[in-house]
Amino acid sequence: MADRAVAVAGVGYTPFTRSSGRPVLDLAADAAVAACADAGLTLAELDGIASHMVGSDSENCQALATALALPGLRFVLDLNQAGHAPCHLVGLAAAAIATGRAEHVLVFRALNGRSGTKVGSARFPGRGGQYRYPIGYDAYPMYIAMWARRYLHETGQGIEDLGSVAVAHRAYAVRNERAVQRRPLDMAGYLASPMVADPFRAADCTTEVDGACALLVTSLDRARDLARPPAVVASAAYRAGPRPGLDIGDHVLTGDYTRNFTEGLRDELFGRAGLTPGDVDVAALYDCFTSAVLMSLEGLGLADRGGAGELVRSGRLPVNTHGGLLGEGYLHGMNTVAEAVLQVQGRGGDRQAPDHEVAVATSGALMDGSALLLRSDR
Amino acid sequence: MTARPRPAPPEPDADSATFWAALREERIALQRCSACQRLRFPPMGRCPWCATSGGAAEDVPGTGSVYSWIVVHRAFDEAFAADVPYVVATVDLDEGPRLALRLDEPDGVDFGARVRPRFHHHEDWSELRMVLDG
Ligand SMILES: [Zn+2]
Repeated sequence: MADRAVAVAGVGYTPFTRSSGRPVLDLAADAAVAACADAGLTLAELDGIASHMVGSDSENCQALATALALPGLRFVLDLNQAGHAPCHLVGLAAAAIATGRAEHVLVFRALNGRSGTKVGSARFPGRGGQYRYPIGYDAYPMYIAMWARRYLHETGQGIEDLGSVAVAHRAYAVRNERAVQRRPLDMAGYLASPMVADPFRAADCTTEVDGACALLVTSLDRARDLARPPAVVASAAYRAGPRPGLDIGDHVLTGDYTRNFTEGLRDELFGRAGLTPGDVDVAALYDCFTSAVLMSLEGLGLADRGGAGELVRSGRLPVNTHGGLLGEGYLHGMNTVAEAVLQVQGRGGDRQAPDHEVAVATSGALMDGSALLLRSDR
Repeated sequence: MTARPRPAPPEPDADSATFWAALREERIALQRCSACQRLRFPPMGRCPWCATSGGAAEDVPGTGSVYSWIVVHRAFDEAFAADVPYVVATVDLDEGPRLALRLDEPDGVDFGARVRPRFHHHEDWSELRMVLDG
């Protein structure tokens, strides 16, 4: 039996807030209910759940199955992984559905990422932390800034290229009622933003939020019977380079800070889908920090090396139409995948990309990460 | 008056105990793989290039060059609030391994800048920092 084609059929969100005042499980359940309602699926039809968390900042899939009163599960995946997980989870859910191991899989991320444990400055378990935390090298903006300085140097780009990402993302966020950063930002405003970890200013950094986001993944055949146009999963890929480190903050065994995981998975991602970077109409790229967008644009082949900042300024390719994690809020990148779905479905509202047959989404910033290609159902 | 909070000391494990103990004596002790001969950092049970188990520690001079650096302006841990702004650099030792460490007296830091070790002795552990060389 040939594998079945798979699609994302719906998305669901809670509001993104500074303090939800609610248990993470309630946020997850609300996003799950919203995603099923969006797709026109009854909760009882869910037979799979996949999610990720960092440390213990969320709830297991079994807890959500209980909260949703599901009759049973055929597929479950609790991944202890950070921002490199969302596309990977959708890809694994798609693989389960393609091979008949599940019919309707809910992929979610829920966290009180602002009022509770903040991922960016959390102390990760693992053996690498003993070399970082005691010396004050202890937060994600620092690690990514370390890469960013070298990346800008080797590619002949500068601070204004980081700023171009912040400015372009904010322009989208202004048009997105879900976004938490909606005050307009120009280059002067960017340059006036306070330094956090030079070369990063506050405006280079995502805004952590409380909330949840969920995607409903099912077979393409089933999706065609549901309420929304299917966003077909054309391809998914994961990549970690050699010696990816002892924990998610350890990067001293990686030699080259100027190329991230996207370069490693590009050929597999596009090859499996029978597409090329030139086919991409809209990009939804993980942006915990501005530099991640530039590196991923180049790694995916959407921009020439050293040309990502110019591409962002040109507006030739819509990138992070939700305003990114910088503007919409740090739902850890699940919201970035959801935006790619909305764009392919043509549901982007004021921020809809004019052409939206093919979207690429990424999860992750440095050594390891995942990506998805979504396309409309022709 | 409340004392300034101190950084939490490292918690050495079976692999790293030798490294931390050596810093106390102002030595930099790194493991060398018996098969591929590479020095490695962080300390760990197998060589991350060839997976060979073990590897005796040996002292290295600790000179190297700056690969990249950041200037921390916002402390995320209260223990470092009085230190800002401070520089953290990734340094490629002449013997190969890369370390992330604090750079003292960082004025003039640049890509490829030569650095040498400077040991900081805290109450119950010792920290390897670097200073610009020459
Ligand atoms: Zn070896």
